[in-house]
Amino acid sequence: MEVNRRGFLRVSFAAAGGLVVSLYLDRTAPAQEVGMPRQPAKVYPPDAFVNIRPDGMITIQVNRLEFGQGVQTALPMVLADEMDADWNNVIGELAPAADVYKDPLFGIQIVGGSGSIAHSYQQYRELGAKTRAMLVAAAADRWKTTPDKCRTEAGVVHGPSGQSATYAELAGEAARKPVPATVRLKNPSEFRLVGKRVKRLDSRPKCDGSLKFGLDLDLPGMKVALVAHPPVFGGRVKKVNDGEARRVEGVREIFEIPLAKGSGVAVVADKYWPAKQARSLLNIEWDLSGVEAADSTELWTRYKQLGQTPGNVAGARGDQNALEKVAAGNRIVAEYEFPFLAHSPMEPLNTTVRFDGDRAEVWAGSQFQTVDQMAVAEVLGLKPEQVTFHTEMAGGGFGRRAVTDSHVQREASEIAKRLKGTPVKLVWSREDDVRGGYYRPMHFHRVEIGVGADGFPVAWNHVIVGQSLLMGTPFESMLVKNGVDETATEGTADTLYNITNMHVSVHHPKVNVPVLWWRSVGHTHNAFVMETLIDELATRAKMDPIAYRRKLLKPDAKKPLSTLDLLDKQTAAWRSRLPKGHALGISCHESFGTGVACAVDVSIENKRPKIHRAVLAVDCGVAVNPLTIESQFQAGVGFGLTQLMAKGAITLKNGIVEQRNFDGYVPPYIGDAPVAVDVHIVPSAEAPTGCGEPPVPVISPAVVNALARLTGKRYRSLPLVSI
Amino acid sequence: MATFQLTVNGQRREVNVDPSTPLLWVLREDLKMTGTKFGCGISACGACTVHVGGVATRSCIVPISHVGDRPIITIEGISNDAVGRAVQDAWVDQDVVQCGYCQSGQIMSAVALLKSTSRPTDQNIEESMGGNLCRCGTYPRIRAAIKSAAAQINKGGA
Amino acid sequence: MPGLRASLSLSAIIIAAALWAAPSRTVQGVAAWEQVYSVLTSPRCINCHTATNYPQQGDDRHRHVANVVRGPEGKGVPGLNCAGCHQDTNADSTGVPGGHNWHLAPLEMRWQDINDRPLSSAAVCRQLTDRSRNHNLDGPGLLKHHEEEPLVKWAWNPGLKPDGTARTLPPLTHEQFIAATRRWVEAGTPCPTGK
Repeated sequence: MEVNRRGFLRVSFAAAGGLVVSLYLDRTAPAQEVGMPRQPAKVYPPDAFVNIRPDGMITIQVNRLEFGQGVQTALPMVLADEMDADWNNVIGELAPAADVYKDPLFGIQIVGGSGSIAHSYQQYRELGAKTRAMLVAAAADRWKTTPDKCRTEAGVVHGPSGQSATYAELAGEAARKPVPATVRLKNPSEFRLVGKRVKRLDSRPKCDGSLKFGLDLDLPGMKVALVAHPPVFGGRVKKVNDGEARRVEGVREIFEIPLAKGSGVAVVADKYWPAKQARSLLNIEWDLSGVEAADSTELWTRYKQLGQTPGNVAGARGDQNALEKVAAGNRIVAEYEFPFLAHSPMEPLNTTVRFDGDRAEVWAGSQFQTVDQMAVAEVLGLKPEQVTFHTEMAGGGFGRRAVTDSHVQREASEIAKRLKGTPVKLVWSREDDVRGGYYRPMHFHRVEIGVGADGFPVAWNHVIVGQSLLMGTPFESMLVKNGVDETATEGTADTLYNITNMHVSVHHPKVNVPVLWWRSVGHTHNAFVMETLIDELATRAKMDPIAYRRKLLKPDAKKPLSTLDLLDKQTAAWRSRLPKGHALGISCHESFGTGVACAVDVSIENKRPKIHRAVLAVDCGVAVNPLTIESQFQAGVGFGLTQLMAKGAITLKNGIVEQRNFDGYVPPYIGDAPVAVDVHIVPSAEAPTGCGEPPVPVISPAVVNALARLTGKRYRSLPLVSI
Repeated sequence: MATFQLTVNGQRREVNVDPSTPLLWVLREDLKMTGTKFGCGISACGACTVHVGGVATRSCIVPISHVGDRPIITIEGISNDAVGRAVQDAWVDQDVVQCGYCQSGQIMSAVALLKSTSRPTDQNIEESMGGNLCRCGTYPRIRAAIKSAAAQINKGGA
Repeated sequence: MPGLRASLSLSAIIIAAALWAAPSRTVQGVAAWEQVYSVLTSPRCINCHTATNYPQQGDDRHRHVANVVRGPEGKGVPGLNCAGCHQDTNADSTGVPGGHNWHLAPLEMRWQDINDRPLSSAAVCRQLTDRSRNHNLDGPGLLKHHEEEPLVKWAWNPGLKPDGTARTLPPLTHEQFIAATRRWVEAGTPCPTGK
């Protein structure tokens, strides 16, 4: 994907000494470039990307949240490599909310869509290279020589006659140099860090308890707040009896607040435990009139009915009547069910806000700083620039911290508004999280395939039913077209399989359940449907599952094909020699620009799938940090298996969520995850694509394909309650 | 409210709290030791694991009134222990962490395992670590790091 | 001869009386056993008398959270010992039950099958009275176990659940349970017939 943007560097002298380099973008979304008048660049001092301290330490601002994916290491690594900084002196910091840190492609400060490296790789390379150029220019001046006669290595500039100076020594002079308009980027052969297995910068503090997450924040005079939410989404407070609650020692205030939908009751206390106790002693009468009580059983009936006829067309090619020409005996009809899924990152949702009347300060592990900052400003009656927004390290996210209605930040702001001058930490308990909505939506698929004499599909009619994520949000214009929310159809409508006659359509029912992404979004269910059906076709055709896919993929499906080749090679030794009771499962899916092929060795133990080994072949373009990529895939499949867990579903009965905590919604533990995961990366020099989400879609269909070989059953209703 | 005398990481500490307060919240909010994490509050996830009287304990469900004079060791103090150090070093060496939020609990559980079984089998690892949740899914690297720490410990490195 | 007929009648009456009393004692003993069985198979007791490598919890007897396992001595495994979470007394503020030396009953005293279904009354009775499996307890020994063992008595003081409500009790009071056990023991610990 080509990112066409122009920017320039602005350099200033930091008050504490040192060189401060900032990249200012004078454009945001490239699509708007044509015909638009040139906007003046916004300047937000002291924002910066690189700060060379007098003591030699180099802090690099990371323009997006670190929530496990390793970006706090990877982007500084890219910059440090081009800069020839001493990696031992590099510190990565999470940048606060500011224009300068907006994602070059999305135009907002965001982490999502597996875009960290894909969108900021070039940006950080240029930052590093330009910083280096200015340091060299300063050295050249000092030594009365020319830059081409100097070289840099590990934070030191070396002159032609044995001179040397550290970056820290040169920083002041470098700050006065003009920023070069263009700069030479390194040839990949010159990389010292990029392409190497560089260990994470944040490991040790995460292993000794010293690293602070958002939930760990402690400020003088800070209070802790919990909110009692309505039992049905959108309900409103009718009456509150808080006598008993107020008697809990440490409770400060109890009051009603508006929520993104409906209203709730905030309990503010000195500490978490009294807040929790007090909240449980509240006696609240809720007004649930006019609020739809979503019910899973009723929804399945409705969805299944909708799925029997086509909806809004998401993709159509070839002969739309091809299926009619296929005899019933040569058709496969498959209906799939996918439940609501909670994201449930390990760190409970939290945000701290202090409102001072004319300004505010926020601390949040946010995936959506721009959007959240605006929401806080709106609630507090401020302009966004009056809100200082700190990005805290987050304990996972998977999309849960990127919410278009900023509901957590809004709740926190409503409370902070009442307690002017006092920092308030709003905490969502695990029960709040499991029951609080913003789930991966429920989906129903109905697929009818006409199978040709050669075993390959001659017709493919596919109807998807599921809530739209983006209708009614600011993202609607980007990804909703002709009544089709692309986040529901990705992976199917844009399939890379060469299916000549294909019709994909979607219904987007309106349901009173707030919904949200869930790592890999539409691919979570679409890849499951596609890869299990392809497997079924391969079995029916008595073909090897890898060979079948190779044949059916479009010739220009470069990444799926390259990953299948690598997978074939890496599994050749063992995949046809599995022990008795074991079976092989294969899947192959491209998402967010990255191709992944997966092979699993599965048996059944204690009535559950036991995954002895998973092998993944990955094509993500140039592998910026192969260690991070390996980690993402080894662990990402462990996340993906949430879909198969026996209690991996959120269900509603008469509007009320039936699960409470990790006892009712049970994610994968170590015994549920693959024992061993081998990751192989296709060598490539192409632009890097993301690895955050691509591990997720492939694992569940691969495991279920293996189970199909063991039991002869096809599994089309998730979660896997029984095998 | 009542006063409790605690021994935390070898130091005597005194707190004045509601006796029903779980040890987790006393550590985090009264002693300002936030290394022990809150994940679920119902002992299902293990993020709150500490050692009380030498036994791995889920601090979110043990009221402070039940601790008595048993010594408490948290993630902040586990590096004073040779096995603890070996585990932390293995975790860093094997690049285990992703978001890292569960890892205090993972490490405390792993230390309990290795102090009892210095050559754990795959089954030992799966059983002892079987109740520590990691949403990122770092399980394969946790397995590798435990084995690496065990090798180090048995080599006399701990 | 009138004397012989009289003594035969008297013998017949004595024999008939004896025959009538013996089944009555067994019937009463088995009835007492059924009362004992109703307690043993109630959730507060049977949840730790499993045939699997895990305990159960709750009135619906679902598998215990956090994948805790039996371990070699029924006390869990390193890192997940029962006593790590279950303290010496109930923790009512967090809803975790407690009692001295909290652990699983040994597999010899499992009262369920491996599919978590309670065993029959006859099967459990045979187990309890099998001295090669019950740690060599005779009738009085069993009675003492029911009277004094802390984890048995815990069933009648099971504490609060995390939601603040009380755990349900066994169907008899502890006194009634002891009385039924005594009657059963005094009847010679008879077991119902059948599987």
